[in-house]
Amino acid sequence: MQKTYNVIYLLALMILPATAAAEGDDITWNTVLKSQFFAGKNIEESNAVIELDAPYRAEDPAIVPVKVTSKFPQSKDKYIKKIWLFVDKNPFPFVGEFEFFPESGKADLALRVRVNTYSDIRAVAETNDGKFSMTKKFVKASGGCSAPIGADLDEAMKRLGKVKFRLDDGVQSGQPALTQLMISHPNLTGMQMDQMTRFIRKSHFIDQLKVTFNGKPVLNAKIDIAISADPNFRFYFVPEKAGELKAEFTDVSCESPTSRNVCSKGGSYSQSYTVSP
Amino acid sequence: MKFVLLLMGLLTSYSSMALPPLSFSQVAPGIYLHTSAHHWPDRDNHGEIANIGFIVGERCVAVIDSGGSPQQGVALRNTIKQVTAKPVCYVINTHVHPDHIYGNIAFKEPGVQFVGHHKLARAMATRGDHYLGRAAELLDIQVNQDNIIPPDIEVNDTMTLNLGNRELLLTAHPSTHTDNDLSVYDKATETIWLADLLFLEHIPVIDGSIKGWLGEMGRLEKNHYKLVVPGHGHLVKDWPASLQPQKAYLTGLATEVRAMIKQGKTLEQALNSVGLPAKKNWQLFEQFHRKNVTIAFAELEWED
Repeated sequence: MQKTYNVIYLLALMILPATAAAEGDDITWNTVLKSQFFAGKNIEESNAVIELDAPYRAEDPAIVPVKVTSKFPQSKDKYIKKIWLFVDKNPFPFVGEFEFFPESGKADLALRVRVNTYSDIRAVAETNDGKFSMTKKFVKASGGCSAPIGADLDEAMKRLGKVKFRLDDGVQSGQPALTQLMISHPNLTGMQMDQMTRFIRKSHFIDQLKVTFNGKPVLNAKIDIAISADPNFRFYFVPEKAGELKAEFTDVSCESPTSRNVCSKGGSYSQSYTVSP
Repeated sequence: MKFVLLLMGLLTSYSSMALPPLSFSQVAPGIYLHTSAHHWPDRDNHGEIANIGFIVGERCVAVIDSGGSPQQGVALRNTIKQVTAKPVCYVINTHVHPDHIYGNIAFKEPGVQFVGHHKLARAMATRGDHYLGRAAELLDIQVNQDNIIPPDIEVNDTMTLNLGNRELLLTAHPSTHTDNDLSVYDKATETIWLADLLFLEHIPVIDGSIKGWLGEMGRLEKNHYKLVVPGHGHLVKDWPASLQPQKAYLTGLATEVRAMIKQGKTLEQALNSVGLPAKKNWQLFEQFHRKNVTIAFAELEWED
């Protein structure tokens, strides 16, 4: 028996390199995403505008920390207008579209996403000169007993709509300040079985998020079910003086997990936080 | 190329070969346990990595966890037939994870009732598609929605099942290892089947609530049991001593994560530092520890 196992192990080793070559293909990008989101645009693959950080192995596919870092500060003359994020192999690859402003200070963004299987994560940036650039990272989402859902949805549901801001100590006037926005929401994917009719199959997720400081925009986002339960964002804003940081968001419920044609509006939420540099 | 194809043919034929019979030991009168070695579920072991077993009463048999693959379910059914002529009347699923429920279909017949936590059916509905979708690729097994059998009997709090002069007390726990863990207490032998509420040697895996699990361990620790059956690890005869490694690991994790949250640290920072010295104490640490830190962090950052 031992011998049989050894042989099989050797065979497995010989076959592995063929599997490894399948990492990070551009099929979904080339056949679906590019034409759907960037028809007619020329997109350069480069790390000169933004860089993407993601773990190579995601032990918890329900919460994969991802970070986009911009390569230059936001200024009136040169700034990043938008960043799109996609998880190619998710049933609904679109993660979000994030709009930044010169007043954002830095177009950096950290968030947590769901990754269903082995997939590229892709970030596309549009700068104010109308140019597009793209960068990607391959992530192996773990199998086993893990599912990209969330461990305790009842707890997230109980807290639904609760919001927390976290700012570093020593926020300085006129300097980009890093802030963390935490929203409690189960962000249901709607990816449920068909056979059991007693369960709601609709998705229920935050679709729009707007952050302002003293009424001026800091971050506008259109987001979807690939955002982990209890959405968590880190980004910058520039507090020139004391004021009010405000997050406003809405949620939505859609009939199909993979189409946004039939959706019904949910609630509107708002939370403010006083900042005094 | 021909060579490779031939090799793949060999592999396929191996995987479709009949499974060796399951090893079982009678750990107490009428309680039969198959203890598994600790492995990451893969195409070689087909996900057959959990402890499974059955309890025989005067009237009928209760299966506790049906196995990690349909084939293991069949092997378990065959074993039961060799041990007793009494019919299976209950299949108790201790929670939703595939290594505990994929044998269910082997027992689907009139007269058999499936039993689970009141949140098991929902967990099966929300996770089932994802599990099934990856089973062929990751575990090399063929499963579909027929393999996910929701409970006929749902336990809300506690419930007693009678196997004929043998009472099993089922307890639906609050969110711990998962949000749908059920334990089985056999009054006759003072044996509790904790399933994945207890891990030994195999690193504990959080897929529910670290706070809930710590709380529940505190309550269970005070009880007296002659025998305790973990979901992963050897049979326990020294309760609560054998609980202590798991308790220490989870307590340490909670303490460190809370401290980092208080200091304004991020999840990414926690993943790179929390609990790493515990590696020497646990098998499959690399596969599960960072998941545990992630889930603990995401839960504890909302506790105040």
